[in-house]
Amino acid sequence: MQKLKRYAASKAGRDTLISFGIVIAAFIVMQSLLAADAVSSLLESLLVPICAYIIMAVSLNLTVGILGELSLGHAGFMSVGAFSGIVAATCLSDMVAFEPLLLAISIVIGGICAAIAGVIIGVPVLRLKGDYLAIVTLAFGEIIKNIINVLYIGLDSAGLHFSLLEQSFTLAEGGEMVINGPMGVSGVSRISTFTSGFVLVLITLLLILNLINSRAGRAIMSVRDNKIAADSIGISTTRYKLMAFVISAAFAGMAGTLYGLNYTTVTATRFDFNTSILILVFVVLGGLGNIWGSIIAATLLTVLPEILREVGDFRMLIYAILLIVMMLFNNSSLKRRILEKRGMRQMEKAERSGKEGA
Amino acid sequence: MSFLSHLINGVSLGSIYAIIALGYTMVYGIAKMLNFAHGDVIMVGGYMSFCATVYLGWPPLAGVALAVIVCTALGIVIERLAYKPLRMAPSLAVLITAIGVSYFLQNAALLIWGSSPKSFTSVVGGSPIALFGGQLTISPVTIVTVVTCVIIMVALTLFTSKSKAGTAMRAVSEDKGAAQLMGINVNTTISLTFAIGSGLAAIAGVLLCSAYPTLMPTTGAMPGIKAFTAAVFGGIGSIPGAFVGGVLLGVIEIFAGAYISTQLSNAIVFAVLIVVLLVKPDGLLGKRVSEKV
Repeated sequence: MQKLKRYAASKAGRDTLISFGIVIAAFIVMQSLLAADAVSSLLESLLVPICAYIIMAVSLNLTVGILGELSLGHAGFMSVGAFSGIVAATCLSDMVAFEPLLLAISIVIGGICAAIAGVIIGVPVLRLKGDYLAIVTLAFGEIIKNIINVLYIGLDSAGLHFSLLEQSFTLAEGGEMVINGPMGVSGVSRISTFTSGFVLVLITLLLILNLINSRAGRAIMSVRDNKIAADSIGISTTRYKLMAFVISAAFAGMAGTLYGLNYTTVTATRFDFNTSILILVFVVLGGLGNIWGSIIAATLLTVLPEILREVGDFRMLIYAILLIVMMLFNNSSLKRRILEKRGMRQMEKAERSGKEGA
Repeated sequence: MSFLSHLINGVSLGSIYAIIALGYTMVYGIAKMLNFAHGDVIMVGGYMSFCATVYLGWPPLAGVALAVIVCTALGIVIERLAYKPLRMAPSLAVLITAIGVSYFLQNAALLIWGSSPKSFTSVVGGSPIALFGGQLTISPVTIVTVVTCVIIMVALTLFTSKSKAGTAMRAVSEDKGAAQLMGINVNTTISLTFAIGSGLAAIAGVLLCSAYPTLMPTTGAMPGIKAFTAAVFGGIGSIPGAFVGGVLLGVIEIFAGAYISTQLSNAIVFAVLIVVLLVKPDGLLGKRVSEKV
């Protein structure tokens, strides 16, 4: 108990506990609401996407907030994860009958494929700096989208068939197309559930928060704060940059699988530049480097457009205005003044209680 | 002959990218921000010209003038309302605000003009010119686009190097604090840059819609990203760089589409960009900034 108290008093510990607290509380509330049948079908359909977006936001926060490199192509990894996960799920569906296990295997495969993509992209990209790095991640995201858009994968008794640009193979009797070029994937069995999403969010949080508070995490942050200083004290900056980038890609891939297996039809254009930007908005609004901020921002900003659906055509306009206003407020002198006032009040309070104590 | 015709198409498309990229690069050079709303200003320019010629029955040139005036004003308003309060904020905050502005413009256009595409009538009349006994045809829009781009590029170079306001612009982009100490009004200079960039975007929008005549609220998004790529390709912050980057990008895109695959042309454009940036990390004509401890 003492240990837990001390842990909760440290900043890292507090962040970890808040993150887990939010997620578990939200899950329990949602589950009881679901049990009581008090959730609209609209919100219910959003539960798995919210889990996927939370994982996306947390993993992007690792790149943007902790490593300090702007990535504009995070949806590319999500796409790789989604499609490889769907292929895996389709191939293994006969062998593994237990759905949660099938989902778990698919998610792992999706994560591994996205991690491989992360290495391929990370090695050249991380040599660049700042806006140049951002534009190259954007370029890779677009390339992934374009390639998956012309990818044909079919499955029959002889195994998997691949081709690019056009379908150059014929399937044996009883075979089926898994990825059908620009038509994407259709007729997938939806095996993602809210509970599995929740478990994946917990695993993500556990691993990423542990990473951030570990030796490697501190090394990654030192690269962000001052690359030259980190270099000079013997931290292999390239290694840690790549490490953060690949881990971030792997989690994005897992989120992609979770997301992809929640729909019956998925096309490559769903994971475009706008999706990458959407995730980036979650991260920046939640606060760079702040994991629980990302969780809340991802949830709110996924639900917000749906709530605004009542105002019909104006919803995206209102969303845009809210986005601008929030950013302006976040950086305004008004907010600073409020914070200062609060800080002063707290100081006064501390002084008073200090006097009383003495 | 088809090679020549693809080359001409490529240069024409590239010229449009170059005009947009010039706006990007100037704003980046001075405000150090990626103005993601730039692509949507193009779209507004296209709609303005469309409204003036179709609804009001104005002559095409008056439509272009209206588009330029509206977009210039829009650029200044956006800068004043959304970007100026964030002068001191971290660059990511400005980036997200720019994305917010981009969403705003797209959705405002969606509300005003609807989602169905409008078919744009080219502002440049005349019949295509046939060369080599009809083997090669060049549409007047192509010629106007290329000529406009060259004129804009030369004018901008002269403006930034010779005029007083242009010198002030270069000073502000080099060092805001020092420029202010020299008596340069930094805010006015930044507003002026946004005004010029947005005015150019309007011209680009009209030319883009004349060459590819469908007009939708998302028309500007992809050309915006491409032009941004072009600006980085040529070295962001450099005016000749934006020109070279834009033209090269257009040529590569058309050639990749013609000889390799239309579906993969975007992927090839971005792949070339990546290779160039790996060999020359600051773009083709970018300045190398050495890191100091």
